[in-house]
This record gives sequence, C-alpha cells and structure tokens, in this order.
Amino acid sequence: MIEVQNIHKSFNGKVVLEGINGTFKKGMTNLIIGSSGTGKSVLLKCIVGLVHPDEGKVLYDGRDFTYGDNKVKTEVRREIGMLFQGNALFDSKNVEENVMFPLDVLTKTPKDEKLDRVNFCLERVGLANVNKKMPSEISGGMKKRVGIARAIVNNPNYLFCDEPNSGLDPMTAIKIDNLIKEITDEYKITTVVVTHDMNSVMEIGDNIMFLHQGHKLWEGSNDQILDTEVKELNDFVFANKVMMRIKG
Amino acid sequence: MRSLGKYLIFIKSLFVRRESFRTYISLIFEECIKIGYDSVFIVAIVATFMGAVTTLQTAYNLVSPLIPSYIISLVVRDMTILELAPTIISIVLAGKVGSNIAGELGTMRITEQIDALEVMGINSSSYLVFPKIVASLIMYPMLVIFAGFLSIYGGYLISLITGVVSGYDYVYGLRYEFIEFNVTFAIIKGVVFSFLIASISAFKGYYTVGGALEVGKASTNAVTSSCIAILCADYVLAKLLVG
Repeated sequence: MIEVQNIHKSFNGKVVLEGINGTFKKGMTNLIIGSSGTGKSVLLKCIVGLVHPDEGKVLYDGRDFTYGDNKVKTEVRREIGMLFQGNALFDSKNVEENVMFPLDVLTKTPKDEKLDRVNFCLERVGLANVNKKMPSEISGGMKKRVGIARAIVNNPNYLFCDEPNSGLDPMTAIKIDNLIKEITDEYKITTVVVTHDMNSVMEIGDNIMFLHQGHKLWEGSNDQILDTEVKELNDFVFANKVMMRIKG
Repeated sequence: MRSLGKYLIFIKSLFVRRESFRTYISLIFEECIKIGYDSVFIVAIVATFMGAVTTLQTAYNLVSPLIPSYIISLVVRDMTILELAPTIISIVLAGKVGSNIAGELGTMRITEQIDALEVMGINSSSYLVFPKIVASLIMYPMLVIFAGFLSIYGGYLISLITGVVSGYDYVYGLRYEFIEFNVTFAIIKGVVFSFLIASISAFKGYYTVGGALEVGKASTNAVTSSCIAILCADYVLAKLLVG
C-alpha cells in the first residue's frame, strides 16, 4: 500500500499540486486521471522520488520514502518497477539486455538464472523470439511490453505506469491495459497508472483518483465514475461522443 | 558561480551510492573503446599533419644561415610535446568525445532513460559518468603520447620528402638538449584535460532539459566549455609546472 500525505509542489512559483492525499491499495490497479497539465505526472514523479515535494510525504507500506534515510529509499526503490511514457528502453542494449538490466546491476543472480527469468518475463508479456532485437527494430506496442517485462523482472512490490497506452492503437492499448491488470492480480502488487484514456479507466480502474488543477476532486472505482456529480469529472469523462452515448 | 557549485555537487555525486566494482569494470572497458580506440584515427590524422605542417612552417621562418637546421626539429619536438600533442589534441577530442558524451547523456535524459535508472535505485550519475571519466583518464594520456610520436614522425617524413632538413639533422635536433620532464608534463596535461572534457561534457549532457534542440545545444555548450577549461588549465599548469 502506498499513502500520499498532503503533497504540495510548485515550479517557479506556479502551483502544480496542492494538498494531495490518497491511498493506493495493494492488489489493485490504482489510476490517477485528469486532463493534460493537471499534475498527474508530477504526482507520480513525487511518488517514485524523481521529484521532491515541497511539502508532504509518501509512505510505502509505512516506510517514509520522502524523508527517510538513504537506506530506506534504496530499499524501496529496489521494490519498484516502472513503465515510462516513452518506454525509456536503453538504446544501446537489445531487448534481452534491457530486461536483464535490473538483475545485472542490482542482483548477483547467476547468468543462466537471469536468462530464465528474462525469458519468463518476455513470455509473460507475450513476446517471444525478440531477445536479440534492438529497441529501434520493434513496434511501439512491443516496446511497451518490453518496458513492462523490465519493470516486473525484479519481482517488484510496486508497479508504476506513466501513460502506458499513449501512442498506441486502441486494440494494442487495451491489450497493454489488460496485461497490467493481469500482472497486478497475479502478483498482488500495488499498481499505480497515470492516464487520461477513458478506455483504461473503464477497463482496469479498481481505484481512481481524479486530479483537477492540482487538487484531488474525486476518488472511487470505475463502477462509480459514471454516476458522479462532480462537474469537472463529468466534463472529463463525457468529453467524447462514445461516453456520451454510454450515459444515454 | 551557481553553475560551478552545481558542477562540484555533480562531481561529488559520482562517488556516493556507487554500484559494485564488478558493474563498473565492463562499463569502463566499453568507454575505453569508445573514447580511446575510436579516436585513434582522428588523432593520427591530426597529429601527423600537425607535425608535418609545423616542420614546414618552422623551416620557412628560420631562413638565417646562422641558425643550424636541426633547430627546426628541436622546435617541432618542444612544440609538439609541450603544446600540440596535449592541448590541440585535447581540443580536437573535446569536439569528438565531448559532444558525444553530452549528446548521449542529453538524449538519455530527455527520453527518461536516466529517470529509469534512478527509479531502479541506481545512482545514475555515478553509473553513467564515472566510467566515462575513468576511461578518459586512462585513454587520453595514451592518445597524447601517440599523438606526440606521430606528430614528430610526421615532421620527419615531410623533412625527407621536401628536403627542408636532412634526416640526420632532424634526429639530431630531436635529441638535442632534450628535457625528459616535458614528456611527464604532457602526460599530466593529458590527465587534467581528460578529466575536464569528460566531466564538463557529462555535466552539460546530464542536466539537459527539453528536447532534441536542447540536446544539440548541450553538445555545443559542452565543446565550448571544455575548450575554455582546457585553455585555462593549460595556462595554470604552465605557470605551476614550468614557471
């Protein structure tokens, strides 16, 4: 479980996050949603420690990640897997080396065991026989899968995904969403997904946090989101015609 | 001053929260190939022509019959060892290696590869930059020695081809009043310049913010700053070591 407590963040005097509180539950796919520029990615970066909040703290199963000592931070970081919006695969390494990278650097696992684990993770995300391909040789959807394989190779307790289906066609996007959901259920990990894609919200949103102009305006599940009376959330949810039709 | 402070903090960050020694070994070897081996061709071309041109220019300017011809190679020797091999080659390498380091790290920054390392709990600056600096410290002095040898040899070849100095006089001039410390001085310069090029270029690349345009700017800034730092360090070292 991850708790965020009273997170504030400003850049050059511009307030991006103001007093965000929330809990991301274990074994659930937790979504942070909102329009572009509402602070979703900044909140995610505060949670994973890439940005230090001005105020407030983040607790990973009770461990203070924001103000804890370096030992705690390193310990927590090694339990984190993250899929980046642009995949962040290492250009100079092939698929196998990319997925094996956390094992190479962070563990002393024997080479054959590492290879078994890499192959298992690649198969788990539906990729086989691409081990020796370079990131530039595979499609966007495959890159996302490799990113997920790399994120789960070290058996993380926490999985973060920043816009996992941006730039993908609708079918591939749904496959990636379902993969994230399956992995979350299978390994009982705490998954946090930042998205503004309503398909993702309806498909995998067990626990959803809605941000608007740096504030948390709503929290609930995908079953409750269609019945909300929060105007800003309704504007966001029913911005496209398909969702309007669903509402009737 | 703010940039200098940030640079010093960046250098300090290379030595904290390091990964295992084993992790760095292969990275250092890879960087040695990229920084050293891949630069051999350009260094060879520049050094050989530099020596040849210096020999011709010196011969052209020393026209008095009172000056013995072996002075030409003496001048070429001292210029090569004291300035041309360490300083000019470092400036050439600042262009080649410095822009490469800044471009590589800048691209890694804007494509979130550095963030990915940080999220994994890896000290990205130490993991990415430390091997580059160590590899530079190992390879640059070797390149300086290689450049010095080729520069002097280039002068020898052009002497034979054009006949501005005889082979015997050229070799005599090379050996005449040779000060061994000058070679040590050139190697010291190589070490200092290598650290400056690798660290400044890495610093510029590591803190790139924006997109492709900013990566290009970071590469240009890396080369400019490295060249200025090399010239300043050259002056300071000359003052300190040879008065």
